[in-house]
Amino acid sequence: MTDLTRMTATDLAGLVASGETSAVEVTRAHLDRIAAVDDRVHAFLHVDTEGALAAARAVDERRAAGEQLGPLAGVPVAVKDVLTTKGVPTTVGSKILEGWRPPYDATIVQRLQAAGTVMLGKTNMDEFAMGSSTEYSAYGPTHNPWDTDRIPGGSGGGSAAALAAYEAPLAIGSDTGGSIRQPGAVTGTVGAKPTYGGTSRYGLVAFSSSLDTPGPCARTVLDAALLHQVIGGHDPRDSTSIPQPVPDVVAAAKLGATGDLTGVKLGIVREFTGEGAEPGVMAAFRESVDTLAKLGAEIVEVSCPHFRYALPAYYLIAPSECSSNLARFDGVRFGLRVGDDGNRSLEEVMSLTREAGFGAEVKRRIMVGTYALSSGYYDAYYGQAQKVRTLITRDFTTAFEQVDALISPTTPFVAFPIGARTADPYQMYLADLFTIPTNLYGGPGISVPCGLSEGLPVGLQVMAPTMADDRMYRVAAALESVVGTFTPPAL
Amino acid sequence: MAAISREEVAHLARLSRLAVTEEELDTFAGQLDVILQSVAQVGEVTAADIPPTSHSVPLTNVLRDDVVVPGLTPQEALSGAPDVAEQRFRVPRILDEDVAS
Repeated sequence: MTDLTRMTATDLAGLVASGETSAVEVTRAHLDRIAAVDDRVHAFLHVDTEGALAAARAVDERRAAGEQLGPLAGVPVAVKDVLTTKGVPTTVGSKILEGWRPPYDATIVQRLQAAGTVMLGKTNMDEFAMGSSTEYSAYGPTHNPWDTDRIPGGSGGGSAAALAAYEAPLAIGSDTGGSIRQPGAVTGTVGAKPTYGGTSRYGLVAFSSSLDTPGPCARTVLDAALLHQVIGGHDPRDSTSIPQPVPDVVAAAKLGATGDLTGVKLGIVREFTGEGAEPGVMAAFRESVDTLAKLGAEIVEVSCPHFRYALPAYYLIAPSECSSNLARFDGVRFGLRVGDDGNRSLEEVMSLTREAGFGAEVKRRIMVGTYALSSGYYDAYYGQAQKVRTLITRDFTTAFEQVDALISPTTPFVAFPIGARTADPYQMYLADLFTIPTNLYGGPGISVPCGLSEGLPVGLQVMAPTMADDRMYRVAAALESVVGTFTPPAL
Repeated sequence: MAAISREEVAHLARLSRLAVTEEELDTFAGQLDVILQSVAQVGEVTAADIPPTSHSVPLTNVLRDDVVVPGLTPQEALSGAPDVAEQRFRVPRILDEDVAS
């Protein structure tokens, strides 16, 4: 019998729709796979076995009743633990929300349900999505299925590892500085960050509100596009949601899969091809550029001179917003409360609660943000970072006057060993070197597997103008049509 | 020269409502120093006349019609609270002892 866990979401949905298999069978196969391998991978923080089987049964019943189902009906999906799920534990990888069962679903979770997808559970992540390796999860790291001694990227390492380990065919991530794309790159999977405002943040636990962007993760570009189409689009409950339809990313992925990029002009970001990336990563990238050229794309080099300041600007803007956003974790309305002995003041209890509930990286970022926003430092740090953000945006708009999309390696290095970068927080930040500019600009970016370096996956990033998400899917699918997908060694 | 002293980190921790330990102060002082010295690179950019960007989406004052829509019940809203009394969030003492007594 065909192993259902090895199939694409597209094929699974087809089998369910035709009645060759049932949503329950597909769901059981993935739950069995999770039971078999997740003790070694630790992609999941919570597996919702009963909820998943109930949702699958409902899809099978709707199908039996003759209902026309959506293109992903019956397909299991793993959801990053950053999105609220009604009655299902939501921790954001933090002790401060341990045991919290939200009273409402995020918009994206509602849309997943409406589309008939089956939520398997919640995936591991760096605490509050702050990290690049999933080592900052309060519940222990996730292991890369390619080499379980290595990191799966972060913050969405759980979602990416679940895909690479065949525990789920689809997953949801969130990308503030690369948290969808970087895990995709180092696990050999596809991760797309939509245009900011193209996917709803309602029910997404806030880290940096002007940057946070939920998006799709999958093993193929077309699967990612189908998921993007399901979760994207305007949401009146998110005031930063763009009131426009989702670009036709599915059609773009299908067009790209024909392997023809005639008429497409791609720009290599000159600033991202010098120092900073490993030789093996650059070799895989160069080879992919040749492939894209053979498919008909015109390749030019473009300069984005301010991209080198994106990392420092990001590590001022994101912590500043986080220091404000995380003020809501005060031990009053939800989550942990520590030290409330009847004598201590609210402020003392708040400080003890936050001290006990937050991990070191979250504390560092809250303090850096508090510093950058304090009077006397505001102009030199946060204010200056916002101006640099403007210059980075101008670099993008200038570049997109010359080319249709930009390309670069997704990450400077392949998956590193667990523990290699935790001693020096700034070394960890460098993992996001190539992904961060897109977040500051607000445009879409996708990472697609493009090769191996020393047996570990390398990702190619495609960056497109805001609300031109379809362009990056076309380019990514074209590359995939040549290089194929990548299968890790058996676990 | 260090960008930030141990005393300044202690001050930041107080502002951030984090009851950090002495040991953490030692670790954080060194780490925050490295981070702040690195991010200070933004100062190299000449940007005096550049307007700041706070947000990439040019939307302002997004409003909806003033119609009643279903919300959480009090029970749901209180369901995750560490302490509840009389259908409210119960909080620790908010006034000083001498004022309260």
